[in-house]
Amino acid sequence: MARLSPEVTALDTMPNSAATPGPTTLGEPTIDWDLSIRPVRELNQFLHDLAHNARPEMPHVRILHPNGRHNLAVGLQVPANIEILGHAGYFIAGMNQAAHITVDGNVGWSVAENMMSGIVRVKGCASECAGASAHGGLLVIEGDASSRCGISLKGGQIVVGGSVGHLSAFMAQAGTMVVCGDAGAALGDSLYEAVIYVRGSIHSLGADAREEPMQTDDLKTVADLLQRAAISADPQTFRRVASARQLYHWHAEAQY
Amino acid sequence: MCGIVGLLVKKPELRRELGAWVSPMLDCMGSRGPDSAGLAVFAEAPSTDLLRYSLYDILAQDVWPTVLERWNANVDAAATLAAHGQQATLFSTTPSALGKDWLSNYFPHLHCFSVGHVIDLYKDIGHPRELIKKYRFAELAGTHAVGHTRMATESAVSPAHAHPFTSGEDFCLVHNGSLSNPHSIRRKLERRGIRFETDNDTEAACRFLEWRMSEGDSLEAAIHRGFAELDGFYTLLIGTATELVLVRDAFACKPAVAAETDDYVAISSEFQSLAHLPGIQQARVFEPAPEQIYRWHV
Repeated sequence: MARLSPEVTALDTMPNSAATPGPTTLGEPTIDWDLSIRPVRELNQFLHDLAHNARPEMPHVRILHPNGRHNLAVGLQVPANIEILGHAGYFIAGMNQAAHITVDGNVGWSVAENMMSGIVRVKGCASECAGASAHGGLLVIEGDASSRCGISLKGGQIVVGGSVGHLSAFMAQAGTMVVCGDAGAALGDSLYEAVIYVRGSIHSLGADAREEPMQTDDLKTVADLLQRAAISADPQTFRRVASARQLYHWHAEAQY
Repeated sequence: MCGIVGLLVKKPELRRELGAWVSPMLDCMGSRGPDSAGLAVFAEAPSTDLLRYSLYDILAQDVWPTVLERWNANVDAAATLAAHGQQATLFSTTPSALGKDWLSNYFPHLHCFSVGHVIDLYKDIGHPRELIKKYRFAELAGTHAVGHTRMATESAVSPAHAHPFTSGEDFCLVHNGSLSNPHSIRRKLERRGIRFETDNDTEAACRFLEWRMSEGDSLEAAIHRGFAELDGFYTLLIGTATELVLVRDAFACKPAVAAETDDYVAISSEFQSLAHLPGIQQARVFEPAPEQIYRWHV
């Protein structure tokens, strides 16, 4: 069995038995990291160090007792499977590169902010600024996302199973956001080239955001993202919101 | 920053746990507000008409025997006083306006942090952890509590500037955020004879809402007036004799999370300060929406 340290033990048993040594399954072992025993900083260092250990299969790390702690699994640059078992705090999976990170619970502010690649999945709801400034990768929020979801998006893709709060996709520059529920006030305010698809109601569009007809490419994009997000919805029921590009150039009579 | 916490215990048999449950919430939010803190605790409705005056002695000169002696001689012969170091609770039937006037005239170095039939209020400078020990918060019982951890940004760090702020009787408020028009609100209220104890922005919000209610508004109507007149960022948690009330401004950029079970409603700036509560894994956890009024009744 892979024993990393007295407290970090490879297990294939239930999460709450983290302190108990146990046998591993075939292939890459599952590593349980109990945050009630070892702190966040050591966890992140451990996850960063995974990159230096050449492995034939993706490492699988389960993070136990997150208890709303911040900054879990931040700055990873390694293709690893990370599961956070419970509610987590702010900046979860920030700057993620390559890792697949799943949160079995809710997250606080700024999950997957500045993500570069990989997949981050939140099975519960996310607070503000989910996926802020993400350059790449896929962020899936199965529940609702709060205000400012996808703010300043720079190329990442976001799929929200529920609704998003006000000022979502504010100044989003590139990338795609799919919202299966409703969108709050001022959706896509000052939007650049990111595109938003919304299935439910839109409380209001922000400055320079406008609804546009769905084309074949849009249907394909939505279908593809829903499939990757493993969320079931009919692409035909979505509406497209994109920039009217009237804010690109200043003019004195602007009504915004 | 700053942190807010609130807890309302639904079942009477669990009210003795109030202090034990809310203390770790306050301690955890020390990360958002390490310079001072405060906690208001609401007791079950008493059968007497005694008012509780929560007092604080800035000079720490063991003034309490003198205060009680002179209060008994000049104000209310039947009053009693329970002292705990710099903090004391004075029990008297004397109307609050009269009692507060008398105190400020004869003991100007005393703060009267709160008056009411059910509210006790503790606030002081230092890390919340120190206050929890100093005032034995874990031993406090009651129906609900409102707490705050402060990282001062706009006025001095002192016991009086710490939250909760109070106005009138059995009414307190904590605030995470900042107001940009507290001075104009203050001038407006001062012209109506309302007195302020500090130059803190939150005190303006507290006195504004209590003023509206004293003018006949319901709490809900007062808060709607607040949405129109309070300019700035805020998550406000309000305690009255019978309710916890939570509101966030339209931008909602100051955090709040609520967790509800059959046993309690708990509110905090961050989920991590709720993680120790019993049954939290099964609680309904949600983020309060902007400009919605959330009310929980005892």
